[in-house]
Amino acid sequence: MNTTTIDYQPKTLLQRLGWQDWLYAVILVIGAIYAYNQYSQHMDIYEISFLFGAAAVFSYLGWQWKSLGKLVLAVGVISLFSISLYHGDQARATQTFLLKFLISSQSAIMWMNVLFILAMFTYWFAMFKRSSFGENVASALTWVAVLMGFVGLMVRWYESYLIAPEVGHIPISNLYEVFILFCLITSLLYLHYEQKFNTKQLGGFVLLVINAAVGFILWYTFDRQANAIQPLVPALQSYWMKIHVPANFVGYGAFSLAAMVASAYLLANKGVLATRLPKLEVLDDLMYKSIAVGFAFFTIATILGAMWAAEAWGGYWSWDPKETWALIVWLNYAAWLHLRMVKGLRGPVLAWWALIGLLVTTFAFLGVNMFLSGLHSYGEL
Amino acid sequence: MRFAVSLLTVLGIASIIGTVLKQNEPYENYIIKFGQFWFNSFEGLGLYDVYHSAWFLVILLFLVMSTTLCIYRNSPTMVKEWRTFKEQATEKSLNAFGQKQIYATDLPQATAKQNLIQFLQAKGFTFKFKTQADGSELIAAKTGTHQRLGYIFTHSAMVIIFFGGLLDGNLPLKVQELLGHKKIETLDIPESDVPEVSRLTTLNPSFRANMTLPEGSSDDVAFVRVRDGYLVQELPFRVSLKDFRIEHYATGQPKSFESDIVITDPDLKEPLTKTISVNHPLTYKGIAIYQSDFQDGGTKLDFNVWNLYSAADKPATLNGAIFQKSVLGEGATALKVEYNDFRKFNIINLSPDGKGKPHNVGPNITYKLRDAQGQAKEYVNYMQPLQIDGKHYFISGMRESVQDDFQYMRIPVDDDLTLDGFMHFRGTMLDSKKYSEIAKKMAQTSIASDKSAAVKAQFESSVEQLLATFAQGGFSRVAEVIEKAVPEKEREAAARTYIRMINIAAFEAYNVSLAANKRPLLVNNAESQTLVQESLNAFSDMFFYGTPYYLQLANFEHKEASGLQLTKSPGQKWVYLGSVLLVLGIFSMLYIRERRVWLLLKASNGSERNQVLFAMSANRKNLDFEQEFELYREQIKGVL
Repeated sequence: MNTTTIDYQPKTLLQRLGWQDWLYAVILVIGAIYAYNQYSQHMDIYEISFLFGAAAVFSYLGWQWKSLGKLVLAVGVISLFSISLYHGDQARATQTFLLKFLISSQSAIMWMNVLFILAMFTYWFAMFKRSSFGENVASALTWVAVLMGFVGLMVRWYESYLIAPEVGHIPISNLYEVFILFCLITSLLYLHYEQKFNTKQLGGFVLLVINAAVGFILWYTFDRQANAIQPLVPALQSYWMKIHVPANFVGYGAFSLAAMVASAYLLANKGVLATRLPKLEVLDDLMYKSIAVGFAFFTIATILGAMWAAEAWGGYWSWDPKETWALIVWLNYAAWLHLRMVKGLRGPVLAWWALIGLLVTTFAFLGVNMFLSGLHSYGEL
Repeated sequence: MRFAVSLLTVLGIASIIGTVLKQNEPYENYIIKFGQFWFNSFEGLGLYDVYHSAWFLVILLFLVMSTTLCIYRNSPTMVKEWRTFKEQATEKSLNAFGQKQIYATDLPQATAKQNLIQFLQAKGFTFKFKTQADGSELIAAKTGTHQRLGYIFTHSAMVIIFFGGLLDGNLPLKVQELLGHKKIETLDIPESDVPEVSRLTTLNPSFRANMTLPEGSSDDVAFVRVRDGYLVQELPFRVSLKDFRIEHYATGQPKSFESDIVITDPDLKEPLTKTISVNHPLTYKGIAIYQSDFQDGGTKLDFNVWNLYSAADKPATLNGAIFQKSVLGEGATALKVEYNDFRKFNIINLSPDGKGKPHNVGPNITYKLRDAQGQAKEYVNYMQPLQIDGKHYFISGMRESVQDDFQYMRIPVDDDLTLDGFMHFRGTMLDSKKYSEIAKKMAQTSIASDKSAAVKAQFESSVEQLLATFAQGGFSRVAEVIEKAVPEKEREAAARTYIRMINIAAFEAYNVSLAANKRPLLVNNAESQTLVQESLNAFSDMFFYGTPYYLQLANFEHKEASGLQLTKSPGQKWVYLGSVLLVLGIFSMLYIRERRVWLLLKASNGSERNQVLFAMSANRKNLDFEQEFELYREQIKGVL
């Protein structure tokens, strides 16, 4: 009888872990301890807890999703290698061959941009040719783009300290930096579902929104020179930034992903590409899942934002345009979830709603900075 | 349900208004923007403070009431669903399920039951037995019913957050205003003169007030801004500002704002000293004190005052301080000087294409000159010369009203980077007694020596006349004269000749002014010609400067004031509690999946194999559930 038990007994997480998983976690923890020994005197208690918290979170994520673990390690190794090439001199970013053409922060980010564009075309090509090889190539390109993007951000973080120790800060502080973060988080969310549900046909759709962001990054870089590292204004000098901003971008990324899936749904529903895209139920489910993730994180991000505001601006809620638009986005998806979960609504209406939701989200993310003024004016165009 | 979604939508749309129209601006700005008629209509609708307007509160109230009603109506069901195993299910009702399967097994019923229980336990189900009327045994199992708590958590969270917000909102104040117990003060009067009806005592449970403390001063009241007026908030302690500091990065951007404050309170044995900065407030007696902004605290200023339209080449002196007033001139033409702002650091990008790096160009002063009729012009003067395109200029801007951009006058510096060169030149150009000397010198260089004395004299006289015209209003005055006296066809040629003559005359005038001050003379080269040209431009521009007085900041004694925000918000802990509940609720609603399993072990009727009916349901049907059912269906087959 015991033999049958083993068949259906779902393994707990700990039972599923192999020695590679433990090694991975140990590497992360050692990294965190090393960083703590080196830099603890520059960190407050919250930042120290984020450091070890990050080791724990990324261990867990890496255990749950092996590909992410590999990505974390690769980002770590390449970033450290890149940093070692600097010899503490920022000028070497444009002098050393490897840095100049591959893994200085600017080059890595440019590679990310290029790879995202290539990946998008490959995804579309593969979908039209029904080529699973093409899909695999596209997926690999996306993975490498994410890798380069994270390396770019990590090295940028280091570079900011090279300018001056007081200038150094995590690169999620202005519009240029968060756009990169947006591309990376949206891709990762997509890649996760792609692996889980084998929906590589959707890559072309999701990469549309990512490449819109890439277009913005390119314009922002070449026309506005926004890629220069700027020191932090006093209001941003806080540990809250390290959690508020990423949480927000998980939200934005997931909502964007949902909107792109929704557009695929609407096309398939009209019979366009229907034979090439995943089944409608799968699309519908994916749309719900990513809005759920987005809503959960967006809620957390907004609450963290309120707590930060209470500490920086003297009130947890000031009806600042950014806050108000965050509320509008939240209300929008709250209504969406109500319709789906309580009314059991499915289908094109929700897909349209998710698509329009992207407009609302984009306005909250970008439009507020462009058209409205307020306390949140960190990234002006 | 539909009502809730509509309310969410209405609230969303209503919120947009306040982000499009800038909130809580001084009322004059709105009047300027919309005109009196629309200003009044918008004020009636409460559009300048949407989020505190009655109609917005009503929407919020509706949402909360609807949510409360929703909780009241649904909670009993949710609690029931949370607890029940639904063991009342019958074979008939189970057969109606979409997800079901009937198995036949050779195992004895007891063994089958044992196996199924093990299976359910392994999957994390809790269960209950129930023997049916016909002797069949039902195992009713459930898992993930905590999801139901998510409903209660999220919805009560909304109510709690709203309650917290209400505690910190201005509703009590609004009510007191309506009842006439409180009245906002709209006049700019000393704090001590503000009547009792516009004062809030230390008992006020919730407020958000501001306080501006110049260095070295202290206060025990703060101001609550309400619409176009304010209320005085009394504090249970006294705050003094010892020092205010701004630190800068190497690039000139501000790095930190810090205030050293001291709290004195009879309840304290000794004063509490603390440095606050952005992101690092101090909380004392439930009142949080924030570094909010900064401004001038009454910097003392010394000026050299030049009368631009007089030939005098010595400036007068003038002393003042920010927020104070001085008087220039006498009688009907006297002007009141209102010193508005002094800034020690000005980070400006002066590169012509805007691509260079911004840098600190030093102090500037903003002041208004108000005439007897009350009309004012605003000026901004930089203390040090600014480098533009590689050359240095003293810059002064003028505008007639707040909506206009400043029009700038650029005055070229002399060799010592001072204003004196231009001012002396200007004095010479205005001094008709110097004209004949200038004309003579010009004749010497411009008129060939073999020309008759009459020609020379005529030339000199025309130069003098030209200088006199120029002194009346610069190039535009000359243009006027040309327009009157010269036929249209010849105007361009005449203008060219005049400009050339003015240039040459100005060169001589510049040297005359230098000689008078015993300074080395200009050598005629491209550089000195540019200097003369730019001096002429500045001379012409000064007739559009709107006043004869040029205030040159000579010295200052900097005094800053720190802007503090003081808040008391008893609702904060409620809002945070609500937030925690909200997050817990959302995660349980979205990520705990409620599933129910029924296994009916049918009473055997002897000859046949034992039968087991398996049915499964979830309150939310989706792909995951269908996949799970398929998996269970196979696995149960394996244990039977």
